[in-house]
Amino acid sequence: MDLLAAIFVDPFVRMGTNPTFLIQVIWEGFVSGVLYALVALGFVLIFKASGVFNFAQGIMVVFAALALVGLHEAGVPAWPALAAAIGIMLILAIGIERVVLRPLVNQPDIILLMATIGLTRFLVGLGEMVFGGEPKVMITEALGIPTGILRLPLFEKNLILKEIDITAAVVAILMVTFLGVFFARTKIGRALRAVADDHQAALSVGISLNRIWVIVWFAAGIVALVTGIMWGARSQVSFDLEVIALKALPVLILGGFTSVPGAIVGGLMIGIGEKVGEIYWGRLLGGGIESWLAYLIALAFLLFRPQGLFGEKIIERV
Amino acid sequence: MLGRYALAFSMAMAASVVLPPVAKAQDSLYVPLLTYRTGAFAGSGIPIADGMHDYLEMLNQRDGGIGGAKIVYEECETGYTAQKGVECYEATKGKGALMYNPWSTGITLQLIPKAGVDKIPVLSMAYGLTAAADGKTFPWVFNPPMTYWDGASVAMKYIAAKSGGLDKLKGKKIGFIYLDAPYGKEPIPLLEMLAKESGFTLTKYPVPGDKMQDQSSQWLNIQSDGPDWMIMWGWGAMNPTAVKEAVKVGYPMDKFIGVWWSGSDDDARAGGAGAKGYLTLNFHGTGAAFPAIADIKKHVVDKGLSTLKDPARLGENNYNKGVYNSMLIAEAIRFAQKKTGKKAVDGADVRAGLESLDIDAARIKEMGLEGFMTPVKVTCDDHSGSNAVYVQQWDGAKWVKVSDWMEPMKDKVRPLLVADAAEYAKKNAPWPVRTEPCGGR
Repeated sequence: MDLLAAIFVDPFVRMGTNPTFLIQVIWEGFVSGVLYALVALGFVLIFKASGVFNFAQGIMVVFAALALVGLHEAGVPAWPALAAAIGIMLILAIGIERVVLRPLVNQPDIILLMATIGLTRFLVGLGEMVFGGEPKVMITEALGIPTGILRLPLFEKNLILKEIDITAAVVAILMVTFLGVFFARTKIGRALRAVADDHQAALSVGISLNRIWVIVWFAAGIVALVTGIMWGARSQVSFDLEVIALKALPVLILGGFTSVPGAIVGGLMIGIGEKVGEIYWGRLLGGGIESWLAYLIALAFLLFRPQGLFGEKIIERV
Repeated sequence: MLGRYALAFSMAMAASVVLPPVAKAQDSLYVPLLTYRTGAFAGSGIPIADGMHDYLEMLNQRDGGIGGAKIVYEECETGYTAQKGVECYEATKGKGALMYNPWSTGITLQLIPKAGVDKIPVLSMAYGLTAAADGKTFPWVFNPPMTYWDGASVAMKYIAAKSGGLDKLKGKKIGFIYLDAPYGKEPIPLLEMLAKESGFTLTKYPVPGDKMQDQSSQWLNIQSDGPDWMIMWGWGAMNPTAVKEAVKVGYPMDKFIGVWWSGSDDDARAGGAGAKGYLTLNFHGTGAAFPAIADIKKHVVDKGLSTLKDPARLGENNYNKGVYNSMLIAEAIRFAQKKTGKKAVDGADVRAGLESLDIDAARIKEMGLEGFMTPVKVTCDDHSGSNAVYVQQWDGAKWVKVSDWMEPMKDKVRPLLVADAAEYAKKNAPWPVRTEPCGGR
C-alpha cells in the first residue's frame, strides 16, 4: 500500500504543494532537452544527407569547443576566435569529404559507420595533441553571453534561472528555425533530400554529392560548435564532453533519425521526462535513474511508433 | 574494399599509445607510472602525472636517484579505464617493476589479486579499496596516508565541531553526492554506520558517469531536501559541475565539503566568485613554498625537464598530490634499500620497505617538506596508517587551511575495515593466507 502511495499519490502531492519547484523541474528539463536536441540535430543533419550514423558527432562538439577556447587562450580575441573556429569546422568538413567520404561513395552504410568511428579516434588524438587534455573554461563572458543567475519570485518562492540556460534555449530555437527553413525551402535543401534517398540517382540528375556533403558536415560542425559552447559553459570544455553524444541516442530513437522537428520534440520530451521522473519517482529506485529512464521512455514510445515520432515510415515490398 | 577497411582501421589506430623501450641499467630502479593524460578524466590526471614525474626527475637530477641507484620511470597511459590499466600492468611487470600506483579505484581492484602472485606491491595513495589497509589480509596492497573511511570520518568530525559537538548531529540532515562508481560508493558503509550511531539522516545523491556535466536533477533534489551539510566524493568533470550547481541553487558553500579528490584548483575556479567558501579535505600542503618544490623548480622546471605545460601551475593541489605520491614511492624504496643493504631492490624488497615506512618529522624536514605533511607510519597490520587530514577552504583564488590536522575516527573505522577485509577474502575464496613475514620478504 505504501509503495502504491509512493508511486501514485506522493509525487502528485509534492507537485501540488510546491508548484514553484515543479516549474523549476520542468524548466531544467526543458533546458536539458534543448541541449540534447542540439546534439541530436548534428546526427540528423548527417544522417539525412548520407544515411550514416555519425559516430564522430560527440568528438566534433569537443573539437569545436576546444578550437574556440584554445585560440582564445593563444591570444586571439573572442569573436575572431569564434570566426576562426567556424573556419576550422569548414576545413574539417572539406577534409572529411575528401579523405573519408569521397572514396566511400555508394558503399554499404556499415563502411561509412566504421569510417566515422575511425574519424572519432583520429580527432581525439589530434585534439589532445594540439590542445592538450587539460579542461578549459568556456569563454562565455568574453563572447558576451550573460552568465548571471535570476531569482524570480513565484508562489512565495524563488524560481532560479541561469541566464546561460535562457541564452541556450533562444540560440537553439533560432538555429533550428534557420536550419528548418534552409533545408525545406532552398535548392540545397531539396538536393540534400535527393542525396539522402539515393546517391546514384542524385548524381544522375546533376547534384554534386561532394558539395552537398561538405555543406552538411559544415552545418553539423556549426551545430557542434554551438553545442560545445552551451555544454562547456555548464561544466567545462574537456574530452569528457564527448559522452554527451550518448544523450542524443534516445532522442533519435524517439524523434526519428531524419527529422529536424523530431530532434527538437524528442529532445524536449526526453529532457523533461527524465527530470520529472528522477525528481518525483527516482528515489523509489535509489536515485540516478535518468541515464536509463531516457531509453525506457524512447523504447516505450517505439512500441506504438516504430519509426519514431516524425521518422518516415519505411514500407518495403517483399 | 580492403583498402577502405584499412583506411577506417588506420584512423582508429592513429591515437593509440605505444610504450617506448626503456633501458634499464643494472643499478637502477624501475618504476612504471600508470597515468592518464588523455580521456574523460585527463583534467585531473595531468597535474597528478606532472607532479609524480617531476619529483622523481628531481631526485635523479639532484641526488642521482635513490641511494645511488638511478630511477628509471616510464608513464603508461590508462585513460582511467580498468582495461587499459591492466594492459599497462601486463606490459611493464616483466621489466622489473618495483611497485604499481594505479591511480584509479577500478584499476586497483583489478590489480589487488595480481599483486601477491607477481610479487609486486600496489600503492593506492588515499584511494582504492579501504579494506586493503588490513595488512593481514592484503600483504601486498598499501593505501597510506589514510583511507576513504578515514576521510569520511574526518568530514563528519569537522561537521560535528562546527555544529557544537558529536551529540549535536542528532536530527541533522547530511547529503552525500557521489560519482556512481566503485570510488564514489566507497565511503557509504562508514557514513551509514555513523548516521545510525549519531542519529543524523544521510541522503544519497548518485551522479551517473554520463551525467557528470548535467547534475541539475541532483541539485534540484538537494534544493528541495535542504540538507544542513553536503559531502562530495567526485572526480573529473563532476567536481566543477557540482560547484557550479551549488552556486546556482544558492547552497551555502561553507557547508559543502569535498573529499581530497574534489579539491583541484580548477574544480573551485569553475564556480567563479560564488565558489568562495567551498571546503575540501586535504592531506598535504598546497602552493610552491616548500624547499622540495623549490628543488623541483630548480632542477627540473628551469632545466626544461618538466612535463608541466604551464610552470605557473607548479604547486597546485593535484600537482602536489603527484609529488606526495612520488615521495611515498621514493621513501618505500629507501626503506627497502636500508633493510636489505642493496641498491637495486626488487618488488618483494619494496613491499617490506612499504611495511616499514616510518616518515617522521625529522625526515620530513630533511626532504624539504616541513609543513607540507604530517608523519606517516605504516605497520604490518595497518597498511594505511589512518593519518591526519585537514580542511581547506577556497578563498576565491587559492586554498587556505581552515582547520588543524584532524585524526580520523580510528575506533570506528578499524573494526569496520577488518570486517570488510574478511568479507572480501570470503567472497574471493580461496584467498591466500598471509605467509610473508612482518616487514620482510
